[in-house]
Amino acid sequence: MKMTTADVEYVARLARLELTPGEKELFAEQMGAILGYVEKIKGLNTDGIVPTSHAVPMENAFREDVIQSSIGLKKALANAPETAGSFFAVPKVIE
Amino acid sequence: MNIIDMTIHELHTALKGKQLSSVEATTAMLERIESVEPQVGSFITVTTEGALANARDADQRIARGECHLLTGIPLAIKDIFLTEGIRTTCGSRILDNFIPPYSATSWEKLRDQGAVLLGKLNQDEFAMGSSNESSAYGPTRNPWDTACIPGGSSGGSAAAVAAREAIATLGTDTGGSIRQPASHCGCVGLKPTYGRVSRYGVIAYASSLDQVGPLTRDVADCAIMLGAISGYDPKDSTSVDTPVPDYAASLAKGVKGLKIGLPKEYFIAGLDPDVQVAMDAAIETYRRLGAVFVDISLPHTDYAVATYYLIATAEASSNLARYDGVRFGHRAEADGLLGMYSKSRSEGFGSEVKRRIMLGTYALSSGYYDAYYVKAQKARTLIMNDFMAAFASVDVMLTPVAPTPAFKIGEKINDPLQMYLSDIFTIPVNLAGTCAMSLPAGFSNSGLPIGLQLIGKPFGEETILRAGHAFEQATEWHTRKATI
Amino acid sequence: MKYQPVIGLEVHVQLLTDTKIFCGCSTKFGSEPNSQTCPVCLGLPGALPVLNKKVVEFAIKAGLSTNCSITPRSIFARKNYFYPDLPKGYQISQFEDPICQRGWLDIKLEGGELKRIGITRIHMEEDAGKLVHGDLSGLNDRSGVDLNRACTPLLEVVSEPDLRSSDEAVVYLKQLHQIVTWLGICDGNMEEGSFRCDANVSVMPVGSSTLGTRAEIKNVNSFKFVKQAIEYEIRRQIDLIEDGGTVVQETRLFDPNSGTTRSMRSKEEAHDYRYFPDPDLVPLVISDEWVERSRQELPELPEQRQQRFIAELGLTLYDAEVLTASRALADYFEAGVAAGGNAKLVGNWTMGEITRALNDSGTSIEACPVAPLQLAELLKLIDNGTISGKIAKTVFDEMWRSGKAPQSIVEEQGLVQVSDSGAIEGLIDEIMAANAGQVEEFRGGKEKVFGFFVGQVMKASRGKANPSVVNELLLNKLKG
Repeated sequence: MKMTTADVEYVARLARLELTPGEKELFAEQMGAILGYVEKIKGLNTDGIVPTSHAVPMENAFREDVIQSSIGLKKALANAPETAGSFFAVPKVIE
Repeated sequence: MNIIDMTIHELHTALKGKQLSSVEATTAMLERIESVEPQVGSFITVTTEGALANARDADQRIARGECHLLTGIPLAIKDIFLTEGIRTTCGSRILDNFIPPYSATSWEKLRDQGAVLLGKLNQDEFAMGSSNESSAYGPTRNPWDTACIPGGSSGGSAAAVAAREAIATLGTDTGGSIRQPASHCGCVGLKPTYGRVSRYGVIAYASSLDQVGPLTRDVADCAIMLGAISGYDPKDSTSVDTPVPDYAASLAKGVKGLKIGLPKEYFIAGLDPDVQVAMDAAIETYRRLGAVFVDISLPHTDYAVATYYLIATAEASSNLARYDGVRFGHRAEADGLLGMYSKSRSEGFGSEVKRRIMLGTYALSSGYYDAYYVKAQKARTLIMNDFMAAFASVDVMLTPVAPTPAFKIGEKINDPLQMYLSDIFTIPVNLAGTCAMSLPAGFSNSGLPIGLQLIGKPFGEETILRAGHAFEQATEWHTRKATI
Repeated sequence: MKYQPVIGLEVHVQLLTDTKIFCGCSTKFGSEPNSQTCPVCLGLPGALPVLNKKVVEFAIKAGLSTNCSITPRSIFARKNYFYPDLPKGYQISQFEDPICQRGWLDIKLEGGELKRIGITRIHMEEDAGKLVHGDLSGLNDRSGVDLNRACTPLLEVVSEPDLRSSDEAVVYLKQLHQIVTWLGICDGNMEEGSFRCDANVSVMPVGSSTLGTRAEIKNVNSFKFVKQAIEYEIRRQIDLIEDGGTVVQETRLFDPNSGTTRSMRSKEEAHDYRYFPDPDLVPLVISDEWVERSRQELPELPEQRQQRFIAELGLTLYDAEVLTASRALADYFEAGVAAGGNAKLVGNWTMGEITRALNDSGTSIEACPVAPLQLAELLKLIDNGTISGKIAKTVFDEMWRSGKAPQSIVEEQGLVQVSDSGAIEGLIDEIMAANAGQVEEFRGGKEKVFGFFVGQVMKASRGKANPSVVNELLLNKLKG
C-alpha cells in the first residue's frame, strides 16, 4: 500500500506533529508497509457482525451528583510550563 | 537465604516472625539495585529515601502486630503508574519533569498494605513496544544475556524481577506487555481479565485493551499480588464490580481432569525449535499431572495483529492528544499556538510513538474510519467469539508466549512490522478481554528463558493460577537464577 | 429573484447539576480560575471519566418535554481536536447514538397559529474551559486558560432547518429557554453562558427545494443579538449571491458592536473530528421503566399550565401567558388562589403590584417578601369591605416592607374602612356646610364639582371612608 509524503503531511497536521523531510519519507515507507499488512482485514467477511467497543459487557456506570473536593489551585498548576496568575498561559490565541 | 532471592511469601514469613526488618530487606534491595543497574537499566527513578521511609513505617506497623501479606515488601512499579509526588515519565521525554498530584488506584492498594516502593521502572515509551528499546531513558537489558532485549513494554518490570532488584513488580499489558517480557526474563507475569483491576491513574495507551498485572518470581506471589490489586473502583467506569476470590486458597488443587485446549493456529511451523521443545515438554508434564488435552481452533487468529494495530493505535492517537505542553509536560519554545503544539509533541515523543499516533489518526480519519477502525472492531468481535466458543469445551488453553526467545538489542528496531508480528500469541487475549499468564517453561540452547502461556476464561484467573502452580511444583525452571 | 432564508439552531444548555458531568468538581460559577479542577477535568495522564447520573435524568426530562424518543442504548463518543481550552485534546460528546431523537416544538407565530419545528436530536456533552485574552491583567501577550468550566454538563439541542425567519428563530429560542428553566435543569442566564445559541443560516430561491450552503454563526448570547445576527447574515448571503458570489460553508462570529458577522479565521481549516466511541465509558441503557418514572416526575409544562389556568380558573390567554413566564411565578399565583383568593384578583395583583415591587427592588419571585397566603388575605379584606382598594395598596407596601400580615397592619394603623352611613353622613354634612358655593354649583348643573366633594370627604376621613358608600350618600345629599 502506497503512502505519499502528502498523505503523511496531512495526518501529521491532524496529529499536531512536526516531521523532518527524512522522517516524512521514512514514515511514508513504514506506514505504507504496516497499512499494507493491516489491509488483510478487508478480506474478512464481517456481514452482520456488531463492532466491539467494550471488551467486557458492562453498562450504566454512574456516580451521584455529590461534590468531591477539587485538588486545589496549587496542585492544578504545579506542573504547568507557564502560568499567569491563576491561569495556564499559552501563546496568544487570535479568534 | 539471601534476601534478594526471597519471594513475597518467604519474606512475609520472615518479617512477621521478626527474623528480619523491612528496613534491612529494603536496604539489601537498594544495594542490589546499585550493584547491577549499570548492566540492566531496569529503573528510571530509584526512590532511595522514600523506600527507606516506607520501610520504617512498615516496621512500625509490624511492631504493632499489623502485618499484611505485602507489608514491608520492597516492590517496584512501571513508570506508567502515577505516584503522587514522585516523578512519572511513562518512558517519555514529554513527561520528563512530570510530578503527579495523585496516585494510581492499583498502587494505592499496595501502599495501603504497607508495601515499600523502590522506584519506577523502565518501559517502552507510552507502553508502545515489545523490546524496551523505545524508552527515552535508554534500553533495559535482559539479565540472562545483556546483549538481548528483556521484552516490552514492561521490560523494566520483568528485568527487575529476574535481576532480583525487586521482590515483585507491577506492569501493564495491552498486547502482551507483561507476558512477553516475563517469558523473555524467566519470571511469572499475569494479565488479568479486562476490568478486573482499576486503570485509574495508569497512563492510557489503548483504553479498551490496557490492563494492570503483576510480575513475580513464582505463581504463589502472583496470586498474592493479584488479590491485592484487584477489585471494583468507582473512579474507573470500565472496572467490573464482581467479588475478588481468594486466589491463594485454590492454588494447590491440582490439575487432574483439567481440560487444556491447544489452539492449532498457535502451533505453526516456523516456531523456534527451542520454543517447540519447551512446549512439547510442558504438554508432557501436564499429561503426567492428569490434565486432558483437547485440540481446538481459533480460526481468526491470523487477523489479530492487524486488528490490534488498528484499534490500539486509534485509541492511542486520541489518548495522547492531551500531551500538548499546555498544562504539564514538555513545552517547546515557539511563536504561535500551532507551533507550540507541534514542536512540543515532536520534541517530546519518540519515533515509535509518533508512528503509532500517525497510524491511529489515519485509521480514524474521514474516509477511512469505516474501512479500518470499524472493520477492526468487527474483526475483534469475531476473535472474541472464537475464544468464547472454544471455552465451551476447555477450561484453559496452553500456547507459546513468543515465537522466539529474546532477540538481540537493535535486531528488529528498524523493521517495525517485524516487531509487531512477534506479538502474535499474546495480542488475541487482549482483544478477547480475557486473562492469561506466562510462566517459565524452559531455556533455549543459548540459555535464554522460554515461557508458556495459560489462557483462562474471563474472570477465570483462579484456574490459570492453579494450573500454573501445578506446573511449577512439577518443574524447576522457575528456580533458576540469572547469574548477573 | 426572491430568496427564502432557512435557519437551523443548535442550542447549548448548561445543566444545573451540582457537579460536572464526568467528575465531582463543583459547577459553581465565578470562582477563582482553575480552583474547581481535578485530574479528570484537567485532562491529566491516567484520569478517567465517570458519568453523573443526574445529567442523564435531566437529559431525559428535556427529551420528554420536547416530544423526543429516548434512545434505549446510547453511546458517548470522542470528538478529537486541539485547542487550549480542551484539556484532553478531545471532547466527550455523543455522535451516532444520542440520548434523545426526533422531537419537536410547536411555536406560536404572530398570527396565533402554530408551526412545528423539528428537533433532530438532543445529546449530552462536556463543556470546554475558558480561554481569556491578552488585555486581562497579567496576560499581556499571552492567552490564559481557565478550566473551571471544563467538563460542565451541556445538553446540545439541534433543530431541523425548519425556521424561516429571524422572528421564528427567536420565538423557538424563547420557548426552548422557557422549557429548560421551567424544568429546573438550566438557570437560563444567557449573559453567563448558560444558554448559548449557534445559528446555521442559508438562503434558497423561493419555490426551490435545494438548500443553499449554510454558514454557522457561533455563540450568540442574547435573543436580541440572535435576531440581529440572523438578519445580517441573510442579507449578507443574498447580497453575495446577487453579486455573483457563492456562499462558503464556514464558521462566523457575530459582533454586537457593528451588528455584523465575520469569518473566524482560525477555524477555517476543515475539522476532521475522527469521532469514535469512547472506550473509557460504557453504554448508557435506559429502560422503559426509567423513562416512565421520569415522565411521571415531569412538572406540568408551561403550555399545559396555561391551558388549565384558562379552562379552570377563567383567566384570559394573555393573563395565563404572563403568569406562566416562570414556574415560580405560576406557583406563586396558584398558591394565592389555593389560599382562597379570587383567581382574577390574585392574577391582577401578581402581575401588577407584586411584579412592580419585585422589579423595583431587584428581587426574584422566589424571594418575594409577601407570601401568597398573605396576598390572599389582603384580597379578602378588600372583598369583605374592611378596606378599600386604594387603602389596600398602602397596606401592601407596608406588608412588603415589614413582612407583617395585612390584618395586623390594618389594625395597627387604624385603616379599617369606615362604612357606617351615619358617620359618613356626618362628614358630608360638615363639608357641604363649609362649601355652600360648590353645592350651589352642583345643583346648578356643574356635575364635575362632585369629584371635589368626594375628594374632600376622603381627605376628611383620611382615606378610610368606603368610596361606594360615600358616592351614594353624597349624591343623595347634593341632589337635595
